[in-house]
Amino acid sequence: MDARATPAKLIKGATGDWEVVVGLEVHAQVTSKAKLFSGASTAFGAAPNANVSLVDAAMPGMLPVINEECVKQAIRTGLGLKAKINLRSVFDRKNYFYPDLPQGYQISQFKSPIVGEGEVVLDMPEGGQVTVGIERVHLEQDAGKSVHDQHPTMSFVDLNRSGVALMEIVSKPDIRSADEAKAYVSKLRSILRYLGTCDGDMEKGSLRADVNVSVRRPGTPLGTRCEIKNVNSIRFIGQAIEHEARRQIEVLEDGGSIVQETRLFDPNRGETRSMRSKEEAHDYRYFPDPDLLPLEFDQAYVDALATDLPELPDEKKARFMGDHGLSAYDADVLVAELQTAAFFEQVAQGRDAKAAANWVINDLTGRLNKEGRQIEESPVSPAQLGAILDLIGEGAISGKIAKDLFEIVWTEGGDPRAIVESRGMAQVSDLGTIEAIVDGIVAANADKAEQAKEKPAMIGWFVGQVMKASGGKANPQAVNDLLKRKLGL
Amino acid sequence: MSDLTSLTLAEARDRLRAKDVSATELTDAHLAAIAQARSLNAFVLETPDEARAMAKAADARIAAGAALPLDGIPLGIKDLFATRGVRTTACSHILDNFVPTYESTVTAQLWRDGAVMLGKLNNDEFAMGSSNETSYFGPVASPWRREGSNAPLVPGGSSGGSASAVAARLCLGATATDTGGSIRQPAAFTGTVGIKPTYGRCSRWGTVAFASSLDQAGPIARTVRDTAILLRSMSGHDPKDTTSADLPVPDFEAAVGKSVKGMRIGIPKEYRIDGMADEIEGLWAQGRAWLEAAGAEIVEVSLPHTKYALPAYYIVAPAEASSNLARYDGVRYGLRVPGGDITAMYEKTRAEGFGKEVRRRIMIGAYVLSAGYYDAYYLRAQKVRTLIKRDFETCFDAGVDAILTPATPSAAFGIGEKGGDDPVEMYLNDIFTVTVNMAGLPGIAVPAGLSSEGLPLGLQLIGRPFDEETLFSLGEVIEQAAGRMKLPEPWWADE
Repeated sequence: MDARATPAKLIKGATGDWEVVVGLEVHAQVTSKAKLFSGASTAFGAAPNANVSLVDAAMPGMLPVINEECVKQAIRTGLGLKAKINLRSVFDRKNYFYPDLPQGYQISQFKSPIVGEGEVVLDMPEGGQVTVGIERVHLEQDAGKSVHDQHPTMSFVDLNRSGVALMEIVSKPDIRSADEAKAYVSKLRSILRYLGTCDGDMEKGSLRADVNVSVRRPGTPLGTRCEIKNVNSIRFIGQAIEHEARRQIEVLEDGGSIVQETRLFDPNRGETRSMRSKEEAHDYRYFPDPDLLPLEFDQAYVDALATDLPELPDEKKARFMGDHGLSAYDADVLVAELQTAAFFEQVAQGRDAKAAANWVINDLTGRLNKEGRQIEESPVSPAQLGAILDLIGEGAISGKIAKDLFEIVWTEGGDPRAIVESRGMAQVSDLGTIEAIVDGIVAANADKAEQAKEKPAMIGWFVGQVMKASGGKANPQAVNDLLKRKLGL
Repeated sequence: MSDLTSLTLAEARDRLRAKDVSATELTDAHLAAIAQARSLNAFVLETPDEARAMAKAADARIAAGAALPLDGIPLGIKDLFATRGVRTTACSHILDNFVPTYESTVTAQLWRDGAVMLGKLNNDEFAMGSSNETSYFGPVASPWRREGSNAPLVPGGSSGGSASAVAARLCLGATATDTGGSIRQPAAFTGTVGIKPTYGRCSRWGTVAFASSLDQAGPIARTVRDTAILLRSMSGHDPKDTTSADLPVPDFEAAVGKSVKGMRIGIPKEYRIDGMADEIEGLWAQGRAWLEAAGAEIVEVSLPHTKYALPAYYIVAPAEASSNLARYDGVRYGLRVPGGDITAMYEKTRAEGFGKEVRRRIMIGAYVLSAGYYDAYYLRAQKVRTLIKRDFETCFDAGVDAILTPATPSAAFGIGEKGGDDPVEMYLNDIFTVTVNMAGLPGIAVPAGLSSEGLPLGLQLIGRPFDEETLFSLGEVIEQAAGRMKLPEPWWADE
């Protein structure tokens, strides 16, 4: 592990270099129509307390019944993380009082989680791979929501989220920088979205992380960690780690020591602050939930789920590089989102894959980002973009015209080929037509033609004029060749 | 008090079917008896309107020749069972005026089979107690009194209201629950029959939880046959309770009267406790003799971990209770005592809402589960539990069909007599019954005789998992041999 303490990742302090050590507990909401132990809906955005069953409200005598779909989703997730699936796991009660926790305990998995050790491999932008170990994945209930700003003295409680299934995905402390942490969460999110086990929507709280941060001198044992609770964006995770590492280094360099505690990240101030210390920590009095039998299934059950697993980002990336000859960078960008990868594959089907990749990564993604749209909402379909690529390939339009055509298709829609025809956008390759234009320009600028003989670079000006006169449709290669001949270069 | 209230459940069923008596008449007779017996404090809520409506519907079905298995049978319901639209409090202040919008599975099945609800029965608060003295509604008096004494006696607990009401002929049968002996001990104290079926036989859905891994519903009635009839309706797999067993429900009544010839009955030597009263010892010997006379074979068996059962029970049960009762926090339903902040509200609500015994058990439970103590207490208690279970398995594997023990170490005691300074004195009541809950086995208490003071004493039979039928067969042998218990004259009835 210490071999990884490369100088580039170290943080310079006043008294020397420090290494930051990070482990993440990611809470991912399981994609499922019903809650973990009740039939109530998990739909987002319902009126407060609309999706609450008797079980979710912890009415007397109510009992939890496991939702099998959530179990399958957890197993799929484990398989996607190349992790050990535990055929027997146990639900425990984590006891604490809070108004948005109706039972007075959260049903979770403490000693025997459903998923054991696995790993996530990160391809870092600067090159090289980082493997982050997965410690475990367990299923647990989400709590409800306390609302403190609706009444001068009272708090309101919304139990819609109460009992919704979460997967807590716990990494090993294998992360050594804010960038690695961000790459890890991005990759994890991508895997979950590919699997369809979590929508990864951080704005809706579907994915959030508790970040454990400690610092140490390279090669020394782990330092005391602080846990930053409930960070809900990848950017904030990076900021929280940067700030927290700096804070800890300052404390240590001033001769102080780190107190193990829970901290909160304030995105407005970009800093973390203490929430509660270890002494104030709850004693959760975990014990096996006697309302639920141990969760047991056989290997055949797991194998059947494994058979139906989709292609995951790593495999897709390898295929894009192998079959389509894409660079690692392009492949990485394309596979991050399943829909982008699918879009690319449709465009690339039977076409120049590199050109398809360039168009999807640069033109399409750029345009989508400009309008804040997702690729599913792209006004230009894969078929339309494919047609534009075909027109370029046939030499029917120039690259420059293609950009204009893309813009027309984006705003107005329609068949690109028909647009090119109806608007006369086709490239002119007929040498006779081009020659007539070239002759006209050269004759009208005899002085410049003379100068060009001395200064061949001036051909650029002539090319520009010819292109302008042709409305951008003249084949640039033909224009160049003709001009060279006519100007005697 | 009338002839109608003195019928057994089976007799009433037959007379209803024969249209000899109507469900309405039967119900009215019981409602009248309840109204005259308020001094017993067995009912915490009477539901005469519901009862009459249900009886009327039963009469209509009987008239149409479409009688259901329990049509027109008036029952009392322990206040632990949620009843839709009818106040359910577990006899705790913290559930003041709680009216469920749902019906427990057990009671729903009784209504499905045509039974009539007379009202809700008193019990120890959250079923925590062995004398029905912890109820927020006050203690229940047993219809029994010592010979020559008017001192009120406890009916046992926690199903004290159920046992008292059945013994006083206020209902033909009652639902009850048993976590450590709460069906069998009150049955033994009141000369009634009570069976705690195998864990998982009855659904726990809609029954206020005390200790989830131990709680089981069961009936109390005046004969073995009556409990068999009731248990059939109460039992069955419920998808809403993961711990309920997906097994067919046998016709338990068919087991009543079956020969017990050749059955092997184990007598566990560890149940012969120090200082056991001679009359309990005598009763036990009598039970052995009766079963032997009926053709059963008596064998001495050993259940070596018996002595650890009670201490282990008083770790496991409070641990689960401390967590199960966390939901009573004043936030969503029941009692709320306002406080300056959320913590103050919790503390005031729970301090005022829970009685002393419940608070004690919550504190014991929280303690044994807390960091640093979990392994020493809870984990060890669970290991003991496994050993107790294994003791029984070894016994049954050796060919024993059932085990005979006394039901209680003594006859009923006076209200206010026990446990005042030392809660353990009260806990010792469960010494013969808790092992059965710890092992998840079925156990039946059958009246077998009277104490020197003229109070009922019961014997307990413990069976293999899901073999309640053997208990009904053996129980009836004891019942027949002992003779039907002559129930006390209604001294409590208002003139």
